[in-house]
Amino acid sequence: MLPETRGTNRVYMDANATTPLLAEVVEAMRPYWMETFGNASSIHLDGQRARTAVDQAREILAEFFHCHEAEVVFNSGGTEGDNTAIFGMVRPGDHLITTSIEHSAVLQAARRVGGVGGVDVTYVDPEPSGLIDPEAIRAALRPQTRLISVMLANNETGVLQPVEEIGRIAAEAGAFFHIDAVQAAGKIPLDVRRIGCHLLSISAHKMHGPKGVGALFVRRGTPLESLLVGGSHERRRRAGTENVPGIVGLGKAAELAMKSLEDGVWDRVAALRDRLETGLLRLYGTGLNGAGSDGKPVTRAANTTNLWFDQVEGEALVIALDLKGVAVSGGSACHSGATEPSHVLLAMGLDKTRARASLRFSLLKTTSDADVDRVLQVVPEAVSQLRTLSPIAAGTLG
Amino acid sequence: MSEQQTIAVAMSGGVDSSTAAAMLAREGASIVGLTLQLWDQTRLAGKHGIPDAPKAGRCCSLDDVYDARRVARQLGIPYYVVNQEARFEQDVVRPFVSEYLAGRTPIPCSLCNNHLKFDQLLQTARSIGAERIATGHYAINEYDPQRGRWILKRPADLAKDQTYFLFGLTQEQLAHTLFPLGRLTKPEVREEARRQGLALAEKPDSQEICFIPGGDYKQFLTAYLEEQGETMPETAGELVAADGAVLGRHEGISNFTVGQRKGLGVSSPTPLYVLQIDPASHRVTVGADAELATTTLRANQVNWISIAGLKSPMRVKVKIRHRHEPAWATLEPGPLPDEALATFDEPQRAVTPGQSAVFYDGDEVVGGGWIV
Repeated sequence: MLPETRGTNRVYMDANATTPLLAEVVEAMRPYWMETFGNASSIHLDGQRARTAVDQAREILAEFFHCHEAEVVFNSGGTEGDNTAIFGMVRPGDHLITTSIEHSAVLQAARRVGGVGGVDVTYVDPEPSGLIDPEAIRAALRPQTRLISVMLANNETGVLQPVEEIGRIAAEAGAFFHIDAVQAAGKIPLDVRRIGCHLLSISAHKMHGPKGVGALFVRRGTPLESLLVGGSHERRRRAGTENVPGIVGLGKAAELAMKSLEDGVWDRVAALRDRLETGLLRLYGTGLNGAGSDGKPVTRAANTTNLWFDQVEGEALVIALDLKGVAVSGGSACHSGATEPSHVLLAMGLDKTRARASLRFSLLKTTSDADVDRVLQVVPEAVSQLRTLSPIAAGTLG
Repeated sequence: MSEQQTIAVAMSGGVDSSTAAAMLAREGASIVGLTLQLWDQTRLAGKHGIPDAPKAGRCCSLDDVYDARRVARQLGIPYYVVNQEARFEQDVVRPFVSEYLAGRTPIPCSLCNNHLKFDQLLQTARSIGAERIATGHYAINEYDPQRGRWILKRPADLAKDQTYFLFGLTQEQLAHTLFPLGRLTKPEVREEARRQGLALAEKPDSQEICFIPGGDYKQFLTAYLEEQGETMPETAGELVAADGAVLGRHEGISNFTVGQRKGLGVSSPTPLYVLQIDPASHRVTVGADAELATTTLRANQVNWISIAGLKSPMRVKVKIRHRHEPAWATLEPGPLPDEALATFDEPQRAVTPGQSAVFYDGDEVVGGGWIV
């Protein structure tokens, strides 16, 4: 039994956490559970049918990345892609450049190679806007710089990082370049040739595909050591029996994502996001985190906005909104499921109180006008309720 | 809107709070489960002999959050973990550490109840639209219209009585708090848990201080101060007899608590006990068991529950530590407005500064304060 609040009439504005599968994706995956169940490595016909499905998905992903089919490696998702790029590329004595606003899958991997792995790691901080200055990456270069890892769309702010410029800097320096494109995939076109990266990670479930499957673009000739060893799957770059239904689902999700990049869906989402943002910014004591708030315009993923609400504990606001039927996110979940202030906002220079008072709204492609109306009604109510109770407002907390 | 009043239940993942939640859910109340995340059990793990893996039954361990979540799912109620680590450290852990370093023996559970748990829980509850909170404490809480006050009473199961840790509750907090287990015994609670099909009906009770796995507070002090980049203050000093004769030296006052017998480091034909700890001179006075007994105590930061304030002497029973059988005393207003003086009928052993003194009139909690 699930609480009533979870079932009906919910507004879901946490697309950067995950997205629902589209019906076409479910349909595409359906035959690969029971009918076409073969192991793609098997010689017989059952195996060959599975192999065909995986190959077809690979063709779609090659189109999605603008790369060759042989450069697509299927895996279990964004974390595996990010981990593989770090662990598979750097060795003791190497230098790694990344940023302080990366996803934990990059940050924790960097921390590990920097700790016991004998790798020097530089974490480049963002501007207050949330943008990484390419010149800061250039300034961090050393002769030993082996890998640069920078995300494309930030998960908290949606800010799009200048990866093409960073790609040129990497090329000039002879360093390899990995992009965590998990939050960008499906929201903006990806062209690995134009960006000039060697590695790029995506995850299916952030773009209406299934959880537990993703892909890593690996440019030909990149000396990547595989994370998982065993069978010779994925041209020896990722051992393990292929997740055939998942890969098929990823392929279909990528195909649909490419379509919606052309049909104007994201312009509509951006307009809804802007209306939501403008409406919430009318509230007293509210502000935008990053994204040009310091005067410099930056481009963002169309679906994301991150706002602070003065005198509000973001964690309580998330719960209050959830109970009112609106799903949003504040900060990141810690080990127990409680909320920690976002490391991204802290890196952008927000103090802990403001970071804790911040909420992320991330819209789905299917978010409607009515959804935005509902949020514009419910959030101000909840915020003002919280403020009347706030110990921060009453001055009882240091 | 005729919405039913919502109750936020504090769920620790233990039998008591789970059963409290289950009882309210069965009564048809609209409830939300909350777990306060107070301390990261992995934070000091493995340092200075602190166990590597926290045991099950530790507050805030992942297993307990898992258990609480599972109960919430079974009851079909919304459930959230609320991060209060920063406030817990500021309001409970820090004062605990400084009290010990000052030669007193603090009770973190009362600090937590007084300064964080109820206050924060009520605050969070109200933020999310709940009117009242409920906990799995063994205590009875009821309104007396004649006196116009909320009264806190000892529970049906006196062996599980937790009123000693709840003396700091304000009238406002009591008015918005439910103790669903107050009229049940522990075996009845376990039976109720079984009846409701809660998988954790047989889970053992937790006994230790929640943020000190293994229960060794010296290990904790050392590891915590090291993590904070602070050094253990030098508090070595003399070990003296009641008449001032120096018997030896000790390595630090935080190694002692009033009434302690073991680990004194001096030999004597008769057993010696810690009588007094002087944080200023670092002098620890020891003596015979009989010398431990005192007839008076002074408590400060007194919170009154069944009465609005103490104007004239009152006959009460006073409890001076968790496992102490309350003893008859006469209570009088103290020298300062928030203080009270108790004079016991019979001398009491080891009245310990830093512990609390709770005053009872029959089953009712008159009030309580911190022993000075």
